[in-house]
Amino acid sequence: MTSGSSSDRIVRVASGQGFWGDWLDAPRRQVEGGPVDYLMLDYLAEVTMSILQKQKERDPAMGYARDFIGAMESVLPAVKDRGVKVIANAGGVNPVSCANAVLEMARAKGAAGALKIGVVTGDDLLPRLDELIANGQPLANMETGEPLDTVRDRVLSANAYIGSVPIVEALRRGANVVITGRSTDTALTMAPLRHEFGWAADDWDRLAAGIIAGHIIECGAQCSGGNCLYDWRNIPDLANVGYPIVEARADGTFVITKHPHTGGRINVPSVTEQLVYEMGDPHAYITPDVVADFTSIHLESAGEDRVRVFGITGRPATDKLKVSIAYRAGFKTVGTLVYAWPDALDKAKLADRVLRERLDNMGLKFDELLTEFVGVSATHGPLAVQEGEPQEVQLRVGVRGPDRKAVERFTRELAPLVLNGPPSVTGFAGGRPKVEEIVAYWPALVDKTAVSTKVEVMS
Amino acid sequence: MKVRLVDVAHARSGDKGDTANVGVIALKPEWYSLLREQLTLDRVRAHFEGVITGDVQRFELPNLHAVNFLLHGALGGGGTVSLKTDAQGKVFSTAMLRMLLDVPDAEARKLNLPAAPRT
Repeated sequence: MTSGSSSDRIVRVASGQGFWGDWLDAPRRQVEGGPVDYLMLDYLAEVTMSILQKQKERDPAMGYARDFIGAMESVLPAVKDRGVKVIANAGGVNPVSCANAVLEMARAKGAAGALKIGVVTGDDLLPRLDELIANGQPLANMETGEPLDTVRDRVLSANAYIGSVPIVEALRRGANVVITGRSTDTALTMAPLRHEFGWAADDWDRLAAGIIAGHIIECGAQCSGGNCLYDWRNIPDLANVGYPIVEARADGTFVITKHPHTGGRINVPSVTEQLVYEMGDPHAYITPDVVADFTSIHLESAGEDRVRVFGITGRPATDKLKVSIAYRAGFKTVGTLVYAWPDALDKAKLADRVLRERLDNMGLKFDELLTEFVGVSATHGPLAVQEGEPQEVQLRVGVRGPDRKAVERFTRELAPLVLNGPPSVTGFAGGRPKVEEIVAYWPALVDKTAVSTKVEVMS
Repeated sequence: MKVRLVDVAHARSGDKGDTANVGVIALKPEWYSLLREQLTLDRVRAHFEGVITGDVQRFELPNLHAVNFLLHGALGGGGTVSLKTDAQGKVFSTAMLRMLLDVPDAEARKLNLPAAPRT
Protein backbone atom coordinates (compact mmCIF):
# COMPACT_ATOMS: atom_id res chain seq x y z
CA MET A 1 0.00 0.00 0.00
CA THR A 2 3.02 2.24 0.03
CA SER A 3 2.14 4.35 -2.97
CA GLY A 4 4.16 6.36 -5.49
CA SER A 5 7.79 7.32 -5.26
CA SER A 6 7.62 11.11 -5.26
CA SER A 7 7.77 13.38 -2.23
CA ASP A 8 4.01 12.86 -1.95
CA ARG A 9 4.54 9.26 -0.95
CA ILE A 10 3.00 8.41 2.40
CA VAL A 11 4.01 5.59 4.73
CA ARG A 12 1.51 4.61 7.41
CA VAL A 13 2.65 3.20 10.75
CA ALA A 14 -0.15 2.10 13.08
CA SER A 15 0.19 1.63 16.82
CA GLY A 16 -1.51 -1.49 18.11
CA GLN A 17 -0.22 -1.88 21.66
CA GLY A 18 0.98 0.70 24.17
CA PHE A 19 2.21 -1.73 26.83
CA TRP A 20 2.02 -5.42 27.71
CA GLY A 21 -1.56 -5.75 28.89
CA ASP A 22 -3.06 -3.21 26.47
CA TRP A 23 -6.28 -3.89 24.53
CA LEU A 24 -6.13 -7.33 22.86
CA ASP A 25 -8.46 -6.14 20.05
CA ALA A 26 -6.31 -3.17 19.01
CA PRO A 27 -3.82 -4.86 16.63
CA ARG A 28 -6.57 -6.53 14.58
CA ARG A 29 -8.65 -3.34 14.48
CA GLN A 30 -5.63 -1.42 13.21
CA VAL A 31 -4.99 -3.72 10.22
CA GLU A 32 -8.68 -4.17 9.36
CA GLY A 33 -9.94 -0.60 9.78
CA GLY A 34 -8.16 0.93 6.77
CA PRO A 35 -4.82 1.08 4.96
CA VAL A 36 -1.64 0.66 7.02
CA ASP A 37 1.88 -0.32 5.94
CA TYR A 38 3.38 -1.16 9.32
CA LEU A 39 1.91 -2.28 12.62
CA MET A 40 3.99 -1.22 15.63
CA LEU A 41 3.53 -3.08 18.93
CA ASP A 42 5.25 -1.89 22.14
CA TYR A 43 5.29 -4.44 24.96
CA LEU A 44 8.11 -3.38 27.25
CA ALA A 45 7.98 -1.14 30.30
CA GLU A 46 10.95 -0.48 32.58
CA VAL A 47 10.44 -3.54 34.77
CA THR A 48 9.00 -5.92 32.17
CA MET A 49 12.44 -7.31 31.29
CA SER A 50 13.01 -8.59 34.83
CA ILE A 51 9.64 -10.37 34.90
CA LEU A 52 10.55 -12.02 31.61
CA GLN A 53 13.99 -12.94 32.93
CA LYS A 54 12.36 -14.74 35.89
CA GLN A 55 10.12 -16.64 33.45
CA LYS A 56 13.12 -17.63 31.36
CA GLU A 57 14.92 -18.93 34.47
CA ARG A 58 11.97 -21.26 35.10
CA ASP A 59 11.66 -22.30 31.44
CA PRO A 60 14.45 -21.54 28.93
CA ALA A 61 11.89 -21.38 26.09
CA MET A 62 10.03 -18.49 27.78
CA GLY A 63 11.01 -14.88 28.46
CA TYR A 64 9.03 -13.02 25.78
CA ALA A 65 5.64 -11.27 25.68
CA ARG A 66 3.22 -14.17 25.17
CA ASP A 67 0.39 -11.81 24.15
CA PHE A 68 2.30 -11.15 20.94
CA ILE A 69 1.58 -14.66 19.62
CA GLY A 70 -2.16 -13.99 19.86
CA ALA A 71 -1.70 -10.56 18.32
CA MET A 72 0.22 -12.09 15.40
CA GLU A 73 -2.52 -14.68 14.93
CA SER A 74 -5.14 -11.92 14.78
CA VAL A 75 -3.23 -9.96 12.11
CA LEU A 76 -1.86 -12.92 10.15
CA PRO A 77 -4.28 -12.52 7.18
CA ALA A 78 -3.21 -8.88 6.76
CA VAL A 79 0.48 -9.81 6.86
CA LYS A 80 0.01 -12.71 4.47
CA ASP A 81 -2.42 -11.21 1.95
CA ARG A 82 -1.95 -7.44 2.15
CA GLY A 83 1.74 -7.06 2.90
CA VAL A 84 1.37 -5.37 6.29
CA LYS A 85 4.64 -5.57 8.21
CA VAL A 86 4.84 -5.94 11.96
CA ILE A 87 7.50 -4.49 14.26
CA ALA A 88 7.45 -5.39 17.95
CA ASN A 89 9.75 -5.41 20.96
CA ALA A 90 7.88 -8.51 22.16
CA GLY A 91 11.08 -10.58 22.20
CA GLY A 92 11.90 -9.53 25.75
CA VAL A 93 14.91 -11.55 26.94
CA ASN A 94 14.30 -14.32 24.41
CA PRO A 95 13.58 -12.95 20.90
CA VAL A 96 14.56 -16.22 19.18
CA SER A 97 12.04 -18.28 21.16
CA CYS A 98 9.45 -15.60 20.48
CA ALA A 99 10.09 -15.92 16.72
CA ASN A 100 9.87 -19.71 16.95
CA ALA A 101 6.52 -19.45 18.73
CA VAL A 102 5.21 -17.13 16.00
CA LEU A 103 6.39 -19.54 13.30
CA GLU A 104 4.78 -22.47 15.11
CA MET A 105 1.48 -20.58 15.33
CA ALA A 106 1.72 -19.69 11.62
CA ARG A 107 2.49 -23.31 10.66
CA ALA A 108 -0.66 -24.45 12.45
CA LYS A 109 -2.56 -21.92 10.33
CA GLY A 110 -0.81 -23.05 7.13
CA ALA A 111 0.77 -19.60 6.74
CA ALA A 112 4.35 -20.10 7.87
CA GLY A 113 5.59 -19.67 4.29
CA ALA A 114 4.34 -16.08 4.29
CA LEU A 115 6.57 -15.02 7.19
CA LYS A 116 10.14 -13.79 7.17
CA ILE A 117 10.98 -12.90 10.73
CA GLY A 118 13.88 -10.60 11.52
CA VAL A 119 15.18 -11.25 15.02
CA VAL A 120 17.31 -8.60 16.71
CA THR A 121 19.62 -9.70 19.54
CA GLY A 122 22.58 -8.25 21.39
CA ASP A 123 20.77 -5.99 23.85
CA ASP A 124 20.99 -8.58 26.64
CA LEU A 125 24.01 -7.63 28.77
CA LEU A 126 23.33 -9.97 31.71
CA PRO A 127 25.88 -12.61 30.64
CA ARG A 128 28.43 -9.83 30.00
CA LEU A 129 28.09 -7.74 33.18
CA ASP A 130 31.37 -8.73 34.85
CA GLU A 131 33.27 -8.37 31.59
CA LEU A 132 31.78 -4.88 31.09
CA ILE A 133 32.62 -3.78 34.64
CA ALA A 134 36.15 -5.20 34.29
CA ASN A 135 36.56 -3.24 31.07
CA GLY A 136 35.80 0.11 32.63
CA GLN A 137 32.03 0.32 32.33
CA PRO A 138 30.95 0.91 35.95
CA LEU A 139 27.25 0.98 35.00
CA ALA A 140 26.71 3.56 37.73
CA ASN A 141 23.14 4.43 38.65
CA MET A 142 22.18 7.49 36.59
CA GLU A 143 20.13 8.89 39.48
CA THR A 144 22.35 8.20 42.49
CA GLY A 145 25.81 7.75 40.94
CA GLU A 146 26.40 4.50 42.87
CA PRO A 147 28.44 1.85 41.03
CA LEU A 148 26.63 -1.37 40.07
CA ASP A 149 28.89 -3.32 42.43
CA THR A 150 26.58 -2.30 45.30
CA VAL A 151 23.80 -4.53 43.95
CA ARG A 152 25.74 -6.77 41.55
CA ASP A 153 24.81 -10.05 43.28
CA ARG A 154 21.11 -9.18 43.14
CA VAL A 155 20.88 -8.27 39.43
CA LEU A 156 18.10 -10.08 37.57
CA SER A 157 18.37 -8.56 34.11
CA ALA A 158 20.42 -5.99 32.22
CA ASN A 159 19.53 -4.76 28.76
CA ALA A 160 20.83 -1.95 26.59
CA TYR A 161 18.20 0.18 24.89
CA ILE A 162 18.95 -0.28 21.22
CA GLY A 163 17.92 1.98 18.37
CA SER A 164 16.68 1.78 14.80
CA VAL A 165 19.80 0.41 13.04
CA PRO A 166 19.22 -3.37 13.47
CA ILE A 167 15.48 -3.01 12.72
CA VAL A 168 16.29 -1.17 9.49
CA GLU A 169 18.75 -3.94 8.59
CA ALA A 170 16.09 -6.62 9.19
CA LEU A 171 13.64 -4.77 6.93
CA ARG A 172 16.32 -4.31 4.26
CA ARG A 173 16.91 -8.06 4.31
CA GLY A 174 13.25 -8.63 3.54
CA ALA A 175 11.74 -9.33 6.94
CA ASN A 176 8.00 -8.72 7.19
CA VAL A 177 7.98 -9.27 10.94
CA VAL A 178 10.71 -7.80 13.14
CA ILE A 179 11.06 -8.95 16.75
CA THR A 180 13.43 -7.17 19.10
CA GLY A 181 14.35 -7.34 22.74
CA ARG A 182 14.90 -4.07 24.61
CA SER A 183 14.69 -1.74 21.65
CA THR A 184 13.49 1.78 22.46
CA ASP A 185 9.75 2.23 22.05
CA THR A 186 10.33 5.07 19.60
CA ALA A 187 12.69 3.09 17.32
CA LEU A 188 9.81 0.73 16.47
CA THR A 189 8.17 3.61 14.59
CA MET A 190 11.24 5.49 13.38
CA ALA A 191 12.98 2.42 11.87
CA PRO A 192 10.34 1.65 9.21
CA LEU A 193 10.22 5.34 8.20
CA ARG A 194 14.00 5.44 7.97
CA HIS A 195 13.93 2.25 5.90
CA GLU A 196 11.17 3.41 3.54
CA PHE A 197 12.53 6.93 2.98
CA GLY A 198 16.21 6.07 3.07
CA TRP A 199 17.00 8.69 5.73
CA ALA A 200 20.75 8.90 6.34
CA ALA A 201 22.35 8.08 9.70
CA ASP A 202 23.19 11.78 10.16
CA ASP A 203 19.92 13.24 8.87
CA TRP A 204 19.27 14.47 12.41
CA ASP A 205 16.10 16.44 11.74
CA ARG A 206 14.31 13.60 9.98
CA LEU A 207 15.49 10.97 12.46
CA ALA A 208 14.22 13.24 15.25
CA ALA A 209 10.88 13.55 13.44
CA GLY A 210 10.63 9.74 13.29
CA ILE A 211 11.41 9.51 17.01
CA ILE A 212 8.76 12.09 17.91
CA ALA A 213 6.22 10.30 15.71
CA GLY A 214 7.12 7.21 17.71
CA HIS A 215 6.75 9.02 21.04
CA ILE A 216 3.27 10.22 20.06
CA ILE A 217 1.95 6.74 19.16
CA GLU A 218 3.98 4.50 21.50
CA CYS A 219 1.32 4.65 24.25
CA GLY A 220 -1.47 3.57 21.94
CA ALA A 221 -4.74 5.43 22.50
CA GLN A 222 -3.17 7.84 24.97
CA CYS A 223 -2.86 10.35 22.07
CA SER A 224 -6.25 9.59 20.50
CA GLY A 225 -8.64 10.31 23.34
CA GLY A 226 -7.61 7.81 26.00
CA ASN A 227 -6.60 9.29 29.38
CA CYS A 228 -7.22 12.71 27.82
CA LEU A 229 -8.13 15.42 30.33
CA TYR A 230 -8.95 18.05 27.71
CA ASP A 231 -12.74 18.14 27.18
CA TRP A 232 -12.93 14.53 28.38
CA ARG A 233 -16.71 14.47 28.79
CA ASN A 234 -17.21 15.08 25.08
CA ILE A 235 -14.70 12.60 23.64
CA PRO A 236 -16.92 10.32 21.54
CA ASP A 237 -17.29 6.55 21.66
CA LEU A 238 -14.32 5.50 23.82
CA ALA A 239 -15.70 1.94 23.67
CA ASN A 240 -14.52 1.84 20.05
CA VAL A 241 -11.50 4.07 20.50
CA GLY A 242 -9.30 4.28 17.42
CA TYR A 243 -5.60 3.73 18.03
CA PRO A 244 -3.25 6.22 16.36
CA ILE A 245 -1.66 6.04 12.92
CA VAL A 246 1.31 8.07 11.66
CA GLU A 247 1.04 9.13 8.01
CA ALA A 248 4.63 10.11 7.29
CA ARG A 249 6.33 11.80 4.37
CA ALA A 250 9.95 11.69 3.25
CA ASP A 251 10.53 15.29 4.40
CA GLY A 252 9.96 14.32 8.03
CA THR A 253 6.52 15.90 8.37
CA PHE A 254 3.66 13.67 9.39
CA VAL A 255 -0.01 13.56 10.32
CA ILE A 256 -1.36 11.75 13.38
CA THR A 257 -4.75 10.24 12.60
CA LYS A 258 -6.91 7.15 13.16
CA HIS A 259 -9.19 4.97 11.10
CA PRO A 260 -12.63 6.31 10.12
CA HIS A 261 -15.66 5.11 12.12
CA THR A 262 -13.62 4.67 15.30
CA GLY A 263 -14.12 6.46 18.60
CA GLY A 264 -11.84 8.72 20.57
CA ARG A 265 -10.49 12.01 19.29
CA ILE A 266 -7.27 13.28 17.77
CA ASN A 267 -6.76 17.03 18.03
CA VAL A 268 -3.98 19.42 19.00
CA PRO A 269 -4.75 19.15 22.75
CA SER A 270 -4.86 15.31 22.73
CA VAL A 271 -1.53 15.09 20.91
CA THR A 272 0.02 17.77 23.14
CA GLU A 273 -0.95 15.82 26.27
CA GLN A 274 0.87 12.77 24.92
CA LEU A 275 3.91 14.84 23.90
CA VAL A 276 4.44 16.03 27.49
CA TYR A 277 3.89 12.54 28.96
CA GLU A 278 7.06 11.32 30.72
CA MET A 279 8.90 14.37 29.39
CA GLY A 280 12.26 15.32 30.89
CA ASP A 281 14.33 18.18 29.47
CA PRO A 282 12.41 18.95 26.26
CA HIS A 283 15.53 20.32 24.54
CA ALA A 284 17.28 16.98 24.75
CA TYR A 285 15.19 13.83 24.28
CA ILE A 286 18.09 11.41 24.04
CA THR A 287 17.77 8.22 21.98
CA PRO A 288 20.39 5.85 20.55
CA ASP A 289 19.84 7.37 17.08
CA VAL A 290 19.48 11.11 17.66
CA VAL A 291 18.85 13.79 20.28
CA ALA A 292 15.40 15.21 19.49
CA ASP A 293 14.32 18.74 20.43
CA PHE A 294 10.71 18.85 21.66
CA THR A 295 10.76 22.65 21.63
CA SER A 296 10.91 22.49 17.81
CA ILE A 297 7.65 20.58 17.39
CA HIS A 298 4.81 22.39 15.68
CA LEU A 299 1.26 21.09 15.63
CA GLU A 300 -1.69 22.21 13.54
CA SER A 301 -5.16 20.89 12.95
CA ALA A 302 -5.46 19.23 9.51
CA GLY A 303 -9.14 18.29 9.61
CA GLU A 304 -11.27 16.08 11.82
CA ASP A 305 -9.11 13.67 13.83
CA ARG A 306 -6.01 14.79 11.97
CA VAL A 307 -3.07 16.71 13.43
CA ARG A 308 -0.13 17.75 11.27
CA VAL A 309 3.31 17.74 12.92
CA PHE A 310 6.21 19.69 11.40
CA GLY A 311 9.32 21.77 12.08
CA ILE A 312 11.12 19.11 14.11
CA THR A 313 14.86 19.37 14.61
CA GLY A 314 17.45 17.00 16.05
CA ARG A 315 21.14 16.87 16.96
CA PRO A 316 23.82 14.16 16.77
CA ALA A 317 23.34 11.16 19.04
CA THR A 318 25.59 10.67 22.05
CA ASP A 319 28.25 7.94 22.27
CA LYS A 320 26.34 6.10 25.07
CA LEU A 321 23.42 3.73 25.30
CA LYS A 322 21.07 3.65 28.26
CA VAL A 323 20.97 0.34 30.11
CA SER A 324 17.95 -0.93 31.99
CA ILE A 325 19.06 -3.07 34.93
CA ALA A 326 16.67 -4.82 37.31
CA TYR A 327 17.68 -6.12 40.75
CA ARG A 328 16.01 -7.75 43.74
CA ALA A 329 15.27 -5.16 46.42
CA GLY A 330 13.33 -6.83 49.22
CA PHE A 331 9.62 -7.46 49.67
CA LYS A 332 6.42 -5.49 49.88
CA THR A 333 2.70 -5.86 50.36
CA VAL A 334 -0.33 -3.59 50.47
CA GLY A 335 -3.63 -4.33 52.24
CA THR A 336 -6.95 -2.49 52.51
CA LEU A 337 -10.07 -2.24 54.68
CA VAL A 338 -13.14 -0.05 54.10
CA TYR A 339 -14.79 2.04 56.85
CA ALA A 340 -18.36 3.37 56.45
CA TRP A 341 -20.24 6.48 57.59
CA PRO A 342 -20.54 7.90 60.20
CA ASP A 343 -17.07 9.17 61.11
CA ALA A 344 -15.48 6.91 58.50
CA LEU A 345 -12.16 8.78 58.45
CA ASP A 346 -11.82 8.79 62.26
CA LYS A 347 -12.48 5.03 62.35
CA ALA A 348 -9.89 4.39 59.65
CA LYS A 349 -7.36 6.55 61.50
CA LEU A 350 -7.96 4.67 64.76
CA ALA A 351 -7.56 1.34 62.96
CA ASP A 352 -4.22 2.58 61.57
CA ARG A 353 -3.01 3.55 65.07
CA VAL A 354 -4.07 0.17 66.49
CA LEU A 355 -2.32 -1.66 63.64
CA ARG A 356 0.90 0.30 64.10
CA GLU A 357 0.92 -0.30 67.86
CA ARG A 358 0.57 -4.04 67.30
CA LEU A 359 3.41 -4.07 64.75
CA ASP A 360 5.57 -2.16 67.25
CA ASN A 361 4.69 -4.59 70.04
CA MET A 362 5.84 -7.46 67.87
CA GLY A 363 9.07 -5.64 67.10
CA LEU A 364 8.54 -5.88 63.34
CA LYS A 365 10.85 -3.57 61.41
CA PHE A 366 10.24 -2.23 57.90
CA ASP A 367 12.10 0.19 55.64
CA GLU A 368 8.78 1.87 55.02
CA LEU A 369 5.25 1.69 56.43
CA LEU A 370 2.82 3.84 54.44
CA THR A 371 -0.80 4.59 55.31
CA GLU A 372 -3.17 6.19 52.82
CA PHE A 373 -6.85 7.09 53.23
CA VAL A 374 -8.45 6.39 49.85
CA GLY A 375 -11.39 8.71 49.25
CA VAL A 376 -9.69 11.43 51.28
CA SER A 377 -6.06 12.03 50.40
CA ALA A 378 -4.46 8.99 48.73
CA THR A 379 -3.79 10.65 45.38
CA HIS A 380 -3.19 14.30 46.27
CA GLY A 381 -1.91 14.05 49.85
CA PRO A 382 -1.88 17.37 51.72
CA LEU A 383 -3.14 19.18 48.59
CA ALA A 384 -6.51 17.40 48.86
CA VAL A 385 -9.41 19.55 50.03
CA GLN A 386 -12.01 18.18 52.45
CA GLU A 387 -15.52 19.21 51.50
CA GLY A 388 -18.03 17.62 53.86
CA GLU A 389 -17.75 14.24 55.51
CA PRO A 390 -16.63 11.32 53.33
CA GLN A 391 -19.29 8.61 53.01
CA GLU A 392 -16.68 5.87 53.22
CA VAL A 393 -12.91 5.64 53.48
CA GLN A 394 -10.58 2.90 52.37
CA LEU A 395 -7.66 2.39 54.74
CA ARG A 396 -4.71 1.32 52.60
CA VAL A 397 -1.51 0.25 54.38
CA GLY A 398 1.68 -0.92 52.71
CA VAL A 399 4.98 -2.17 54.09
CA ARG A 400 8.34 -2.72 52.45
CA GLY A 401 11.52 -4.27 53.82
CA PRO A 402 14.33 -6.78 53.34
CA ASP A 403 12.81 -9.44 55.65
CA ARG A 404 10.20 -11.56 53.90
CA LYS A 405 8.99 -13.03 57.22
CA ALA A 406 8.22 -9.59 58.67
CA VAL A 407 6.27 -8.65 55.57
CA GLU A 408 4.38 -11.98 55.69
CA ARG A 409 3.56 -11.41 59.37
CA PHE A 410 2.14 -7.97 58.54
CA THR A 411 -0.37 -9.55 56.13
CA ARG A 412 -1.88 -11.44 59.12
CA GLU A 413 -2.58 -8.24 61.06
CA LEU A 414 -5.27 -6.68 58.84
CA ALA A 415 -8.08 -9.26 58.99
CA PRO A 416 -8.23 -9.35 62.82
CA LEU A 417 -9.09 -5.63 62.80
CA VAL A 418 -12.48 -6.52 61.32
CA LEU A 419 -13.48 -8.09 64.65
CA ASN A 420 -11.05 -6.56 67.16
CA GLY A 421 -10.71 -2.97 65.85
CA PRO A 422 -12.97 0.04 65.25
CA PRO A 423 -16.54 -0.56 63.95
CA SER A 424 -18.32 -0.24 60.56
CA VAL A 425 -15.59 -2.03 58.66
CA THR A 426 -15.93 -4.22 55.58
CA GLY A 427 -14.29 -4.95 52.25
CA PHE A 428 -12.01 -7.79 53.20
CA ALA A 429 -13.35 -10.34 50.73
CA GLY A 430 -10.03 -10.58 48.91
CA GLY A 431 -8.34 -12.29 51.85
CA ARG A 432 -4.79 -11.69 53.02
CA PRO A 433 -2.71 -9.40 50.80
CA LYS A 434 -0.05 -11.05 48.65
CA VAL A 435 3.64 -10.57 49.36
CA GLU A 436 5.64 -9.49 46.30
CA GLU A 437 9.36 -9.52 45.76
CA ILE A 438 10.43 -6.02 44.73
CA VAL A 439 12.35 -5.82 41.50
CA ALA A 440 13.90 -2.36 41.40
CA TYR A 441 15.10 -0.41 38.40
CA TRP A 442 18.71 0.69 37.97
CA PRO A 443 19.25 3.00 34.98
CA ALA A 444 22.84 3.21 33.72
CA LEU A 445 24.90 4.18 30.69
CA VAL A 446 27.27 2.09 28.63
CA ASP A 447 29.60 3.04 25.77
CA LYS A 448 27.96 2.36 22.42
CA THR A 449 31.11 0.61 21.25
CA ALA A 450 30.65 -2.02 23.99
CA VAL A 451 27.34 -3.24 22.57
CA SER A 452 26.88 -4.95 19.22
CA THR A 453 23.54 -6.10 17.89
CA LYS A 454 22.89 -9.00 15.56
CA VAL A 455 20.10 -9.59 13.04
CA GLU A 456 18.96 -13.03 12.01
CA VAL A 457 16.21 -13.59 9.44
CA MET A 458 14.16 -16.73 10.09
CA SER A 459 11.55 -18.27 7.82
CA MET B 1 -8.67 38.34 40.46
CA LYS B 2 -8.43 34.73 41.61
CA VAL B 3 -8.23 32.20 38.77
CA ARG B 4 -8.14 28.43 39.16
CA LEU B 5 -5.35 26.80 37.14
CA VAL B 6 -7.77 23.99 36.27
CA ASP B 7 -9.91 26.56 34.39
CA VAL B 8 -7.08 27.82 32.18
CA ALA B 9 -4.90 24.73 31.63
CA HIS B 10 -4.94 20.99 31.11
CA ALA B 11 -2.11 18.66 32.06
CA ARG B 12 -0.63 15.18 31.90
CA SER B 13 1.93 13.56 34.18
CA GLY B 14 4.18 10.53 34.09
CA ASP B 15 7.23 9.04 35.81
CA LYS B 16 10.95 8.39 35.44
CA GLY B 17 12.23 6.54 38.46
CA ASP B 18 11.36 8.52 41.60
CA THR B 19 10.62 11.67 39.57
CA ALA B 20 7.18 12.72 38.36
CA ASN B 21 6.84 15.05 35.40
CA VAL B 22 3.87 17.35 34.96
CA GLY B 23 3.28 19.06 31.63
CA VAL B 24 0.86 21.98 32.03
CA ILE B 25 -0.78 23.11 28.77
CA ALA B 26 -2.72 26.36 28.23
CA LEU B 27 -6.35 25.74 27.28
CA LYS B 28 -6.05 28.68 24.83
CA PRO B 29 -2.79 29.69 23.13
CA GLU B 30 -3.19 33.27 24.41
CA TRP B 31 -3.17 31.98 27.99
CA TYR B 32 0.35 30.54 27.69
CA SER B 33 1.85 33.88 28.79
CA LEU B 34 -0.17 33.58 32.01
CA LEU B 35 1.24 30.10 32.71
CA ARG B 36 4.76 31.36 32.02
CA GLU B 37 4.38 34.25 34.45
CA GLN B 38 2.50 32.44 37.17
CA LEU B 39 4.05 28.97 37.22
CA THR B 40 7.43 30.03 38.54
CA LEU B 41 9.84 27.61 40.17
CA ASP B 42 9.17 29.12 43.60
CA ARG B 43 5.41 28.94 43.18
CA VAL B 44 5.52 25.26 42.14
CA ARG B 45 8.03 24.39 44.88
CA ALA B 46 5.69 25.93 47.45
CA HIS B 47 2.65 24.14 45.97
CA PHE B 48 4.26 20.72 46.33
CA GLU B 49 5.92 21.37 49.70
CA GLY B 50 5.34 18.37 51.94
CA VAL B 51 4.27 16.29 48.91
CA ILE B 52 7.69 15.74 47.32
CA THR B 53 11.08 15.32 48.98
CA GLY B 54 13.33 16.67 46.21
CA ASP B 55 13.67 19.80 44.11
CA VAL B 56 11.70 21.01 41.08
CA GLN B 57 12.97 21.69 37.55
CA ARG B 58 11.08 23.84 35.04
CA PHE B 59 11.16 23.90 31.22
CA GLU B 60 9.22 26.15 28.84
CA LEU B 61 7.69 24.89 25.59
CA PRO B 62 6.30 28.01 23.85
CA ASN B 63 5.71 25.92 20.72
CA LEU B 64 3.21 23.73 22.60
CA HIS B 65 1.95 26.52 24.92
CA ALA B 66 3.12 24.33 27.77
CA VAL B 67 5.45 24.36 30.77
CA ASN B 68 7.01 21.09 31.92
CA PHE B 69 8.00 20.42 35.52
CA LEU B 70 10.12 17.64 36.97
CA LEU B 71 9.21 16.89 40.59
CA HIS B 72 12.04 14.92 42.17
CA GLY B 73 11.43 12.56 45.08
CA ALA B 74 7.73 12.46 44.26
CA LEU B 75 6.94 8.77 44.09
CA GLY B 76 8.06 7.07 47.29
CA GLY B 77 11.03 5.44 45.58
CA GLY B 78 9.27 5.07 42.24
CA GLY B 79 7.97 2.28 40.06
CA THR B 80 7.99 -1.10 41.74
CA VAL B 81 9.55 0.06 45.03
CA SER B 82 6.82 2.56 45.89
CA LEU B 83 3.93 1.72 48.21
CA LYS B 84 1.86 4.68 47.01
CA THR B 85 -1.44 4.36 45.14
CA ASP B 86 0.00 6.73 42.54
CA ALA B 87 3.36 4.99 42.27
CA GLN B 88 3.76 6.15 38.67
CA GLY B 89 2.75 9.77 39.14
CA LYS B 90 -0.26 9.48 36.86
CA VAL B 91 -2.36 12.02 38.79
CA PHE B 92 0.24 14.59 39.80
CA SER B 93 -1.23 16.39 36.77
CA THR B 94 -4.48 17.21 38.54
CA ALA B 95 -2.67 17.86 41.84
CA MET B 96 -0.86 20.66 39.99
CA LEU B 97 -4.15 21.96 38.58
CA ARG B 98 -5.41 22.61 42.15
CA MET B 99 -3.28 25.76 42.16
CA LEU B 100 -5.08 29.06 42.64
CA LEU B 101 -3.59 31.98 40.69
CA ASP B 102 -3.69 35.63 41.69
CA VAL B 103 -3.94 37.63 38.46
CA PRO B 104 -3.96 41.45 38.21
CA ASP B 105 -7.50 42.55 37.22
CA ALA B 106 -6.37 44.37 34.07
CA GLU B 107 -4.54 41.29 32.77
CA ALA B 108 -7.44 39.01 33.69
CA ARG B 109 -9.82 41.25 31.71
CA LYS B 110 -7.45 41.48 28.74
CA LEU B 111 -7.07 37.68 28.59
CA ASN B 112 -10.77 37.14 29.33
CA LEU B 113 -9.95 34.73 32.15
CA PRO B 114 -12.67 32.86 34.01
CA ALA B 115 -12.85 33.95 37.65
CA ALA B 116 -12.61 31.30 40.36
CA PRO B 117 -16.01 30.59 41.93
CA ARG B 118 -16.48 32.36 45.28
CA THR B 119 -16.37 29.99 48.21
